[in-house]
Amino acid sequence: MTELKRTPLAERHQQLGARMIEFAGWYMPVQYKGIIVEHQTVRTIAGLFDLGHMGQVEVGGPDALEFLQYVSPNDVARLRPGEAQYSMLLYPNGGVVDDILIYNRPAGDGYFVVVNAANTEKDVAWLNEQRTQRSDLKVDVIDVSDRTGMLAIQGPQAEAILQRLTRADLSEVEYFHAIETDVAGVPAMVARTGYTGEDGFELYFPIEHAVALWDRLLEAGTPDGMLPIGLGARDTLRLEACLPLYGNELSAEITPLEAGLSWVVKFDKGDFIGREALLRQRSEGIPRKLVGFKMVERGGVPRSHCEVQVDGKTVGFVTSGTSSPTLRENIGLALVAREYAGVGRPLDIVIRGRPVRAEQVKTPFYKRAR
Amino acid sequence: MVQVEQGLRYSRTHEWARIEGDVATVGVTDYAQSELGDITYLELPQPGTQVKQGEPMGVIESVKAASDIYSPVSGEVIEANQGVVDAPEKVNQSPYGEAWLVKIRLSDPSEVENLMDATAYEQFLAEEAAAR
Repeated sequence: MTELKRTPLAERHQQLGARMIEFAGWYMPVQYKGIIVEHQTVRTIAGLFDLGHMGQVEVGGPDALEFLQYVSPNDVARLRPGEAQYSMLLYPNGGVVDDILIYNRPAGDGYFVVVNAANTEKDVAWLNEQRTQRSDLKVDVIDVSDRTGMLAIQGPQAEAILQRLTRADLSEVEYFHAIETDVAGVPAMVARTGYTGEDGFELYFPIEHAVALWDRLLEAGTPDGMLPIGLGARDTLRLEACLPLYGNELSAEITPLEAGLSWVVKFDKGDFIGREALLRQRSEGIPRKLVGFKMVERGGVPRSHCEVQVDGKTVGFVTSGTSSPTLRENIGLALVAREYAGVGRPLDIVIRGRPVRAEQVKTPFYKRAR
Repeated sequence: MVQVEQGLRYSRTHEWARIEGDVATVGVTDYAQSELGDITYLELPQPGTQVKQGEPMGVIESVKAASDIYSPVSGEVIEANQGVVDAPEKVNQSPYGEAWLVKIRLSDPSEVENLMDATAYEQFLAEEAAAR
C-alpha cells in the first residue's frame, strides 16, 4: 500500500477517537461519535470539519480572468473581489474534469480555486495544459495545496461560535462572499460557503496554523455542543441538500446539463471549453436526467452504482444513496433516461439483485429554514 | 473498548451464538456493530428457513456500508427478532442482549466446536487489529 497523505490534524483526529479511513489517497476521519449524531449536530448546532485534503490553486497574472473564462463554464467576469462562485472544469466533450469553487480574492489580487482532493493533480495538470495551449495569455497557475490549511464550521450556530474568535463582523459577510481577517490570531480568508446545506463558513489560512486554529475553534464551540464531523456525515449532509459529489453525480461521462446544473453553464458569456458540445446536447435534447428518489418498499439502502429499472428494463443507475438521518428514509439520486424522469413516477432500484420500489421526489431532500 | 461476552461462541465473521440445548440464539458482535457504525437496516431469514454454518443468512446495513450476516451454525430458523428489524439501532445499543437476531435449531451440534470461545475471539480481534 502506498503511503497515505496526512493533514496536520491526523493526530488530533486519533486523539478524538475518530475512525480513520483512506479517502482519495488521504488518511481521514470518517466518523468520531457516529454519522447520525454528527449529522444531526450540524443540522441543529454546528460542526467542525478538517478539509485539509482539498486542493487549492492560485490563478494570477494579467490575463487570469480571461483564462478562467476559457476553462470554466460559469461567468467569472461577474465575480467581484470577495465573492465566490461554483463552477467546473470541462472537457471539450462537455464531460466534467472537476467541480470547483472560484474565489476572487477579497484584496482583488487574483483568483483562488478550490478543487476536490481526488482531482487536485489532474486539475493542475489540466490547467497547465490549457495554459500552454493559450500561450497568448499571461497567467500563472500555482498549486498551493501544500501550504494552505482548510477548515469548515457549519451549522446554525457556526456564525456565533466563529464570531468569538474574530473582530470582523461576520453578520456582514453574505452567502458566497469572503473576507480576509484574523481568526484566533491567524490570518485567514473566511468565506460563507459550505457543503452541508446549512449556514456556515470555510476558512483558508497558512497550513502551519491548522492545529492551533482547530483547537481554538473546537474549544470555542464545545460549550454549545459543537462536534468534530467526519467524512461520513459530510456525505449524508451534502446528499440531503443535493450538492453534487464528483465521481458520483459528476464525472467525465456526465455533463452538467444532465446533472441538473445548467445554471452553472453561461452560454452567452463567450467561448469556453465544452461550450460547443453542450450547445449541441442542449439542442438535440439532454438524454439523461438526475432525479431524486425515496424508497417506498423495504429492501435495503440504495448505494451508488445500483441499477435503476422501470418494468424490468434498465433505465439508469444510482449516483448516490444513503439512509437519510434527517428524513429517516432511504433516499438517493439517480441518473435516468429522460423519458422516465418525473416527480411522483416510480423507479425500481436493484439492491442485491432484487428490484425494490422507489418513488421520484422533489429535490433537495432537505432545505434549511431561513 | 469492544466488548466480548463470556459464555458465547464466536465466528471469524463476527457473529455470536448462545447455545442452550439444541437451540442457538445468534447475533452480531460488539466489534461488528462498532465497525459498521449506525445500523439502519436488517434483513433476517424467516422462521422455517434452513441455514448453513458459514453461509449468508441475512443482511445488515449501516449509513455507510452493507454487509452479509453469516450463520454461525447449521439448522432451521425457529424465530427471528422482529423488534430489532423494526428498530435496527438496537444492534448498536445492545448487540449481545435485546438485539439478538435469530434462534436456530441445530442440525449438527458438533459444529459448535468450529466456533471460538470468548478468549479465542478476543485473541482473534487482537490479531486482526495488529494486522491493520
